[in-house]
Amino acid sequence: MTDTASPLVPGEAKALLAPPRPALSHDWRRIVRIGSIAALGQAFIALSNMPVRLDERLIVKPVLSLGYLVLLFLPLAVGYRQGHQTVREGVPVFRPGLNEVVGGFSCGLIAGGGLAVLAVLLANFDLREPLVNWSPILLDLLAFGNQAWFAAVIWLAIGAGMGTVGGVLRLLGPTSRRAVVTMAIAVAGAAVLESLVVDLAEGMGLEALTDRLYDRRGGVNWNSALGLAGVCGILAVAGRGRLRQARSRHAELQGAKRTQANAGLMALAAATLIVLPLFAGKLTNELLANVGLFVLLALGLNVVVGLAGILDLGYVAFFAVGSYSTAVLTAATSPRIAPEMPWLVALIVVVIITGLAGLFIGAPVIRMRGDYLAIVTLGFGEIIRLLFLSDWLSGWFGGSQGITMIPAADIFGLTEVSGTDPRRVFYLVLVFCALAIYVSWRLERSRMGRAWMAVREDETVAEAMGINTVNVKLLAFVVGAVLGSFSGAIFAAKVGSVFPASFLILVSIVILVVVIFGGMGNIVGVIAGAAVLIGVLGGPKQPGLLIEFSEFKLLIYGALLIWMMLARPEGLMPSVRRTRELHQQEMAQDAWLRGEVDDDGGGNRPAGPPVATQS
Amino acid sequence: MSTEHPDPAAGVGGEVAGGAAPLLEMRSVNAHYGAVHALADVNLAIYQGELVCLLGGNASGKSTTLKTLLGMLKPTSGEVVLDGEVVNDKPTSYRVARGVTMVPENRRLFKRLTVRENLDLGAYLRTDSQQIAADMERVFELFPRVKERLNQKSGTLSGGEQQMVAIGRALMAAPRVLLMDEPSMGLAPALVQQNFELISQIHEAGLTVFMVEQNANMALSIADRGWVLQTGRVVLDDTAEKLLAHPDLQASYLGTAEQ
Repeated sequence: MTDTASPLVPGEAKALLAPPRPALSHDWRRIVRIGSIAALGQAFIALSNMPVRLDERLIVKPVLSLGYLVLLFLPLAVGYRQGHQTVREGVPVFRPGLNEVVGGFSCGLIAGGGLAVLAVLLANFDLREPLVNWSPILLDLLAFGNQAWFAAVIWLAIGAGMGTVGGVLRLLGPTSRRAVVTMAIAVAGAAVLESLVVDLAEGMGLEALTDRLYDRRGGVNWNSALGLAGVCGILAVAGRGRLRQARSRHAELQGAKRTQANAGLMALAAATLIVLPLFAGKLTNELLANVGLFVLLALGLNVVVGLAGILDLGYVAFFAVGSYSTAVLTAATSPRIAPEMPWLVALIVVVIITGLAGLFIGAPVIRMRGDYLAIVTLGFGEIIRLLFLSDWLSGWFGGSQGITMIPAADIFGLTEVSGTDPRRVFYLVLVFCALAIYVSWRLERSRMGRAWMAVREDETVAEAMGINTVNVKLLAFVVGAVLGSFSGAIFAAKVGSVFPASFLILVSIVILVVVIFGGMGNIVGVIAGAAVLIGVLGGPKQPGLLIEFSEFKLLIYGALLIWMMLARPEGLMPSVRRTRELHQQEMAQDAWLRGEVDDDGGGNRPAGPPVATQS
Repeated sequence: MSTEHPDPAAGVGGEVAGGAAPLLEMRSVNAHYGAVHALADVNLAIYQGELVCLLGGNASGKSTTLKTLLGMLKPTSGEVVLDGEVVNDKPTSYRVARGVTMVPENRRLFKRLTVRENLDLGAYLRTDSQQIAADMERVFELFPRVKERLNQKSGTLSGGEQQMVAIGRALMAAPRVLLMDEPSMGLAPALVQQNFELISQIHEAGLTVFMVEQNANMALSIADRGWVLQTGRVVLDDTAEKLLAHPDLQASYLGTAEQ
């Protein structure tokens, strides 16, 4: 569920409770609006071909397939959402009652109507020309093999049903609601992440468990699903927000204790990351390695965008330069020069080359500001790729054929890292991630980091403070480039070949989305962003946990990004600073309300109600 | 304030206004924005220990003068002289390191950084951490309010407090001459008064101050000398008392004689 703030949890909000509203006292306009949005959304999902493509994937055997699951979510969500009440100080909140259930029913009904109308249209018109997924297969899926009228009726019913469930969720107390949500997530998660769970269970010798849980041809058995739901429900009730308590306790810690707690958490995370791959199979390790590569890239971009405030839309250029220079330096098949250096030696050269590339690209770019800068970086990102692709340089880089047969990375003669053993790749990535995290962490707190923030805030004043803005920005570019080159070097050794097609503009966009999604300027956030987006949904070419969704990855990226901008503009794990930046006005208002800001008629008075001048 | 400690870059130390060479000087400087002639043969000389002001209306070239002094704009001809050295080709950082510091117009704090970070950034070019800490203490002495707000985001401060942080940030650079761009801008009348008291206070502590102002009466009430700038030309150059009494001041700058 999207909104977690329950107005009914005592202590969470000091809301006054009023008796339930009468069953039909709705703001019908709002109901229709929310329902219609969901209806359009449903039709859109159906026409995006998601249901048809995902129909073969069973979630709960034999009841539910992933294809149908994606059609159930929206009516449920709007059914729940319509019962939301904003808590305002001093204004009573109505206790949820029949009103919410009726509202959920209505919203769900309208949402289901989207599919009902679509089914009727599907049966009577042929719009296949612009809408490629306008097909009898879709109609068949919607109608469960029956006529269109059946589809219309059944989807109205399903929508209304799901909406009602959403409304009923409002009636539950926080504990039971948490239990229900946990149960649903557990079953859906277990089913969707089947391959990962099986992979991990095999590593840990728990095949017996997964054999029982999953059907041999995929999907959770429906009786195991019930069992799993039961266990998780009990756990949720027993746990009862202990997690949240722990988190708030952690947030209250001060000074040395907090540092200690953070160090403990970090050690735990590090230990997990070191031990986990030992138990994981190829698939999971591959996934972890991919996430790690993107964490590296995102950390590099974070220095440029998050700290120095330079919106670089062509960051893939450095990834490409890192990969290609590794390829040229290590591969025997490199067309022009083939020094066949060991990977580690090559890495040193690669870092120098990419750093120089950063200088070379950065020098003209950073003299611009804002939008112009973004556009120019976008251009440079493409120029680099086109250079690698060009006939002119194909004698060096192989043109569209790229460079193949890149040898495995030899680490001090101890081990060889290549794509055939993703576990080693992951460990190598982990080492470089640790390095990158340390570097960004130190930089952020350094004099240089402060200069970057000053430049980001107000370039002119930063210059007046004696900061050489050109050098400082250039350095951010170079640091970002070098961090990106690590990722490129590992990528080349991992994949064993480099092609211009691996460095499309999409990669830049995805890395930027990871940084924005995770929380700009925050190291933990960036890692979390990469884990969620790359790990779960997959990178530009790398499959994620939800392999089935990879075709719809960009669609989901977009939806997530929009939701993020609306609900949490500061990102998944905002840095304290970013939150301050984005909620500046509200905070100023709060400060004003607390009486901390005395009004003196200053030019930059924080936004707040006007007040008579005191003193 | 910070002139009390020896400045390694200082060559003038201890000299008084008058006979000595000026600390900061503009010699027949011309400056252009593209084709627009922003400064025409401007001559200014700021001596150690002075409080001087440059007056002028909108678009008279006041801010351009500051930018040129600080090295953010290169003069098309003429010389900017710091401590007897022609610094035309030296970057801003060179001049800041040698004691030229600006309090920008409208305060322009790094609003989303904390007060402490703002102060630290003022001392960006300095490496003498002990002196920096001592200067920070002096800023707190001067503005106890700033110390209370140290970990607060500077954008949430009131206008008056922001002005204190802006001056404090400039003082953290251990300036020998403080360039103030329109210190009265965007402040309520009561605060303008307070602000000018503040300026004369830091001036009395030994700092050379050059301020650029529209508010002529207020500026001249505390300044020793002043210039009046009109469309990039210095039209008046005299002591504060004489300027205040000068009939042309009203006419040439305040514009009362127009129309």
